[in-house]
Amino acid sequence: MPIPTPFYTRTSALCESHEWRNWSGYFAAGLYEPSHEREYYTVRNAAALFDVTPLFKYEISGPDALRLVNRIMTRDVAKCAIGQVMYSVWCDDDGKVIDDGTISRLAENRFRITAADPNLRWFQDCGFGLDATVVDVSTDLAALALQGPHSRNILKAVVSEADLDNLKYFRLTEAKIDGFPLTITRTGYTGDLGYELWVAPEYAERLWDILIERGQGYGLAPAGLVTLDMVRIEAGLLLIEVDYISAHKAVIESQKSSPFEIGLGWTVALNKENFIGRKPLLAEKETGSSWQFIGLDIDWQSLEKLYGAVDLPPQVAGRASRVALPIYKNGKQIGQATSRTFSPLLKQYIAIGTVESRYAALGTEVEIEITVEYSRERARAVVVNTPFFDPERKRV
Amino acid sequence: MPNNKYDAIIIGGGHNGLVNAAYLARAGKKVLVLERRYLVGGATVTEEIYPGFKYTVFSYVVSILRPEIIRDLNLTRHGFMTLPLESTLTPLPNGDYLYRDGDHFRTMRDIARHSPRDAEAYEEYSREMYFMAKAVKYILGIIPPDPTSLNPKDLLGLVGMGKHFLGLGEEKLYTLTKLMTMSAADFLEQWFESDPLKATLSASGIIGTYLGPRSPGTAYVLLHHYMGEIDGAFRAWGFAKGGTGGIANAIASAAREFGVEIRTDAPVAEVMVKNGQATGIALENGDEVQADIVVSSLDPKRTFLDLVDEAHLPDNLLMTIRNFNIRGSSAKVNLALDAAPDLACMPGFGPHLRGAISISPSIDYMERAYDDAKYGQFSRQPYIDMIIPSMIDPDMAPPGKHVMSCFVQYAPYKLREGTWDEQREALGKTVIDTLSEYIPNLKDIILHCQVMTPLDIERTTGLSQGNIFQGELSLSQLFFLRPAAGYAKYRTPIRNYYQCGSGTHPGGGITGAPGRLAALEILKDHS
Repeated sequence: MPIPTPFYTRTSALCESHEWRNWSGYFAAGLYEPSHEREYYTVRNAAALFDVTPLFKYEISGPDALRLVNRIMTRDVAKCAIGQVMYSVWCDDDGKVIDDGTISRLAENRFRITAADPNLRWFQDCGFGLDATVVDVSTDLAALALQGPHSRNILKAVVSEADLDNLKYFRLTEAKIDGFPLTITRTGYTGDLGYELWVAPEYAERLWDILIERGQGYGLAPAGLVTLDMVRIEAGLLLIEVDYISAHKAVIESQKSSPFEIGLGWTVALNKENFIGRKPLLAEKETGSSWQFIGLDIDWQSLEKLYGAVDLPPQVAGRASRVALPIYKNGKQIGQATSRTFSPLLKQYIAIGTVESRYAALGTEVEIEITVEYSRERARAVVVNTPFFDPERKRV
Repeated sequence: MPNNKYDAIIIGGGHNGLVNAAYLARAGKKVLVLERRYLVGGATVTEEIYPGFKYTVFSYVVSILRPEIIRDLNLTRHGFMTLPLESTLTPLPNGDYLYRDGDHFRTMRDIARHSPRDAEAYEEYSREMYFMAKAVKYILGIIPPDPTSLNPKDLLGLVGMGKHFLGLGEEKLYTLTKLMTMSAADFLEQWFESDPLKATLSASGIIGTYLGPRSPGTAYVLLHHYMGEIDGAFRAWGFAKGGTGGIANAIASAAREFGVEIRTDAPVAEVMVKNGQATGIALENGDEVQADIVVSSLDPKRTFLDLVDEAHLPDNLLMTIRNFNIRGSSAKVNLALDAAPDLACMPGFGPHLRGAISISPSIDYMERAYDDAKYGQFSRQPYIDMIIPSMIDPDMAPPGKHVMSCFVQYAPYKLREGTWDEQREALGKTVIDTLSEYIPNLKDIILHCQVMTPLDIERTTGLSQGNIFQGELSLSQLFFLRPAAGYAKYRTPIRNYYQCGSGTHPGGGITGAPGRLAALEILKDHS
């Protein structure tokens, strides 16, 4: 039985759909209204509020904090300025990805890390012999993601003691709302302009109430995981357990992935001091990876043709799917699409997944399995760049 | 002097003109769009008439913009977005209401309050209309074949069409025939008994048409509106981000990226014709621009009677175009509001404010509204289709303030007495009085009011008589008869002079289909 987050009194009052998900043991709204449609557009048109409290949060501090974080992470955290946030993966000794998350440098020797899975033991074990402390602060911090083109306007209307106009992408600031303190990071999982707000649980309800009230004129609405899943695919962002499997959870070797194989090679700083997984990753960099992450644009005319054969328009509207589909080239399976969604914004059916490296070049034409009226068919698809949707406002 | 020679000139920067231009440029043509006003869009414009408040001055909702156009022109990257318009509220004079939205069972429950039979019939009706829309949607995507022609292409087209319609089966073919010939009221009478439901559904049959719900032929117009399609779902209406002007701007931006040059404040005086062939245009300021192709996105009256010398056109065509029905029947009232409107039947804030609000309590009410118009008066109690754009898109008004868009019918272009300049204010007052019966706080929160009579629509957009569809959607003016027999394939008797507006197949609404289909035809002649 999941437990409530500190926002539950508010989210449950608004959750007309009564559709709840279990997110790391917490109640998380799937959607608030009977249909997710408006929530989806709210992210791209106004601003949406997500309760992301169930993320795991850790703080690493002490004289060797930087050394420890840099030993765990593939990114070079020494380059992370105070007040900066970095996205990174962390790997096991074989260079296989355990988890991914953000690292906020709160002070010279103090870092806050978000994770999808519990990592306390791993982080502590990695720190053997170092003068650094790892603390699980998951329940000490409630978290909201405020995402969308109006998120900055709303925050500016409620925040004091922070300069949001100059808060750059992947930077953080301490701030106050109505007198209570919080941390604001300009991060998110939507690929849009957005912020994540980290606050002590005792202020959670006040934070929620103030945002909802002041956000009304800006079209603010709460949104749930159904929407989050659609927009993160548009943003080309991976989800653990869906798009890759943690090396700590894989039961067979082939389920594991290196960062290079899931499109996160850019987070691997091979030339920094030693970090966990460096040696095998260095070797992989030299020999090349067998798999690569791709974005797929599933050809609409091809869908119309397949569905037209049974006198139907393409039946793809709805939610994102996390059921993997095989990808083919010349009749042979070459990979799988692990997440897909119809993008109401782009009017495109899009997917992300992994294929054998030789088929990963942009523009490669492949086929993806589509079930049309119980019959397994193949639709044409083209390998394209991600993010599928990448508005300028995200960074500006 | 810059190189003053283009492959194609498009007259009119409305959405169809822009779509046409974008497709031609995409095919490698050097294209110039000439727009009379200071901004592109034609009847799809958003203007900040009152500081801080953005009015969807004319058209206000979207559904049938063809998804292939959105993809082909990559409109999302250029800022195009449709936001869902999920509900329709019909407030009633007795304080009750009828509310329908995307929640199937909630909608059924509310219809059942008025008639339990109707609640079930509604589902069957929606299913039937789905089949009808699907059957007719086929027509929207094809170039109309001429049944009197022996040209192999026409014959092939007719065979294809015949196959398509015979494939529907007897029952559906009968229903389709009924739809084509009946009145909206009679057609709906077959299904429903509840007056507010019938009246609100019948509204789709009269919008933009100078006919009442009891006039034969209005059932087809109802179907035309049913073909609104968003993401494969029929009957889905939406609001364009930034108002309908947002659509025009997105298409214009895409067109520019394909190399289209757009000139505003550039009214065209005439199309230059030499030896039966269009050679370019002359602007009102006297400048001339040469082009191999000239395309008019204006309505048929302007395309044939204003832009070219009648000497270049056959008499029978001139006759048909002179008789082409293009009667303006609707007006638009746009309001800037200091606060959210509060409905008597559903007080307070809620999702109903993000949908359409329809003043259509009964079929009699609608028909009476038409009775006034038949004899040259605007309706004393008009049908009003209202939305509050700022509830859907926060960028339309300052936070906490709102804009309201009211489509008003009937307002006949030709008044029996007086002029629209004299009656504009009276129309605005009638609309506000009518609305105030249902929205008690309305008069207290109005900051600014814009009344667009059919005359204002004509003056501003150039649409003859202010007709929003560039010609009524009656059977006698559709498909191979739109705008005239023999000239339904976007061509004209003048070589290299084409038409691409809503006055051509498949007709009005923000579909972009005439613009696109015309471009495909033009490219056949000029590959």
